[in-house]
Amino acid sequence: MKGTLQYITRRVLTSLLALVGVSLIVFIIVRVLPGDPARIIAGLLATEEEVERIRVAMGLDRPLPVQYWDFVTGLLQGDLGTSLRTRRPVLVELVPRLKMTMLLATTGTILGSLLGITAGVVGAARRYTRLDYLLSSGSLVGISMPVYWLGYMLIIVFAVNLRWFPAAGADEPSSIVLPTLTLAAFSMALVARMTRGSMLEVLGQDYIRTARAKGLAERVVIYRHALRNALIPVLTVIGLQFGSLLGGAVLTESVFAWPGMGVLLVNSIINRDYPMVQGIVLVYAVLVVLLNLVVDLAYGWADPRIRYD
Amino acid sequence: MDTWKRFKRNRAAVAGLVILAVFVAAVAAAPLLTSRDPVTQNLEAVLRPPSAEYLLGTDHLGRDIFTRILYGGRITLVIGLLAVAVGLAVGVPLGVVSGYYGGRVDLVIQRVTDMLLSFPNILLALALVGVLGVGLQNVIVAVGISTVPQFVRLVRGSVLTIREQTYVEAARALGAGDRLILTRHVLANALTPIIVQATLSMGVTILVAAGLGFLGLGVEPRTAEWGAMLGEGRNYIFSAHWTVTFPGLAIFLAVLAFNLVGDGLRDALDPRLRSQGLSGAGAAAAEGDAGAGPGARAAAGAAAGAGAGAGGGAGVGASGGGAGGAGGGAGTGS
Repeated sequence: MKGTLQYITRRVLTSLLALVGVSLIVFIIVRVLPGDPARIIAGLLATEEEVERIRVAMGLDRPLPVQYWDFVTGLLQGDLGTSLRTRRPVLVELVPRLKMTMLLATTGTILGSLLGITAGVVGAARRYTRLDYLLSSGSLVGISMPVYWLGYMLIIVFAVNLRWFPAAGADEPSSIVLPTLTLAAFSMALVARMTRGSMLEVLGQDYIRTARAKGLAERVVIYRHALRNALIPVLTVIGLQFGSLLGGAVLTESVFAWPGMGVLLVNSIINRDYPMVQGIVLVYAVLVVLLNLVVDLAYGWADPRIRYD
Repeated sequence: MDTWKRFKRNRAAVAGLVILAVFVAAVAAAPLLTSRDPVTQNLEAVLRPPSAEYLLGTDHLGRDIFTRILYGGRITLVIGLLAVAVGLAVGVPLGVVSGYYGGRVDLVIQRVTDMLLSFPNILLALALVGVLGVGLQNVIVAVGISTVPQFVRLVRGSVLTIREQTYVEAARALGAGDRLILTRHVLANALTPIIVQATLSMGVTILVAAGLGFLGLGVEPRTAEWGAMLGEGRNYIFSAHWTVTFPGLAIFLAVLAFNLVGDGLRDALDPRLRSQGLSGAGAAAAEGDAGAGPGARAAAGAAAGAGAGAGGGAGVGASGGGAGGAGGGAGTGS
């Protein structure tokens, strides 16, 4: 128990350290970017005095450590700066987009995991059969397919030809179906491969042989004995997959014009809206670090055999 | 020789190699296969559907899509190769140093790697392109750097195991210096997983680079690049689906080929993985989009039988287990 507590404390501390590291990296990157932020805000026609005034107002004339301190204290108060494009606080612009991305990543992860686990279990239970071969090939195809291409293929079939779902936007509840399918395809392929590998590993264990020797039905062996143990590493991957989809949904969002954080990031990069880019990267980083922490702790909880000391 | 025999027996891997060979031959012989130019516009033949004259149709500027795919393949291949070279050039030395010397250097390298591994490749590449600007060279650097953490992690894992082998001890006892031991013994023995990961990374870098092109943040406009072609074609998807269908198919086939060959190489070079039924799990960890924080590596390690239950540090997962667990999350982005 003491070991566990120590581990949790250490893990939380390293996460905090990681956050400090991320904030520092983001801070430095934005400072070395080509182009003077004060000049960008003032506009090309502004005089040197005007640019200087903005630079002083933004605190850009002060020493870097002081600027970093201001940046961090601002962050702690939820101040991510002001968008250069809309002149509104970055956080205000960001929150509704984050919600949309979260929604999409959640539905994509759930669907992908359900399908992936099913495919993986079936593949492992019927290993080296034609069905297994088919499922494995399907997974490989899923991993190799550019998601944005899959998205357009789904649009051509289900939006243009069959007219079942909207092609883009998020105006109707059914708008989420096609982007979810797109995200889930990749997630499913990954989870299926992971589940199959993990199941095969577990099925080779002594306790599975014991269960079979006891005369238990194959179904009971697979679902009650093997799957439970095989799922532990898979659940970890699913947890991380969620974090990954939060950030990686950039392309899917772009295909379906889904008003999420990924599209905002791409537009902000194109418009050189640095405070916005900085804010989005930071929010991603915080989410990823927190998710890693949760997944790591959940891993120990799911498999009590793991000792931390 | 055994490796080649084993590889040949794997039909999927051979299929991958064939696709790759056709792809390389077609790209190299582009001027022989088409007389058209990939960038010259022909406004009299805009958005023509596939036909005998235009095999795969034309785009919104009347450019022949077949020609653009052939020439675009050169750029794709160059980006893939050079980006992986960047990843190797930076990642392998860092991994070797981290694993061989350990201590504080190891700690710093690993923490930074952990942090970078948490981000999907596409996001990392996007952020880097945001800093560096667009263009072929910057895309190669950005995509290459986004693969560095995977190589660091993989090489470090291999080095940790090799470092303890008796032949390294023997070399040291014979008075061999660090440099000789590192190149002659450690690196030479870590080569197998590095080759496999490099092949699989080719697929990932192609996907990520095409993703950047698709978003309009890749190579210069006008250039025939598969991702950019898809991005330009998106506006005509309702009336001229071929502008999107064929460039996407090209990306898909190229990535699939590299993945098939990579999987086949892994099985052929390290038959133990296959006999234990681990290739799938290892591949998932190596190719997948999983953010691969410490938990994912522990998970991959667990799947690779690297002692999840019994292992002391499974949750901490710093060493990531065996060959299967060594691959980080090569997030291709979604």
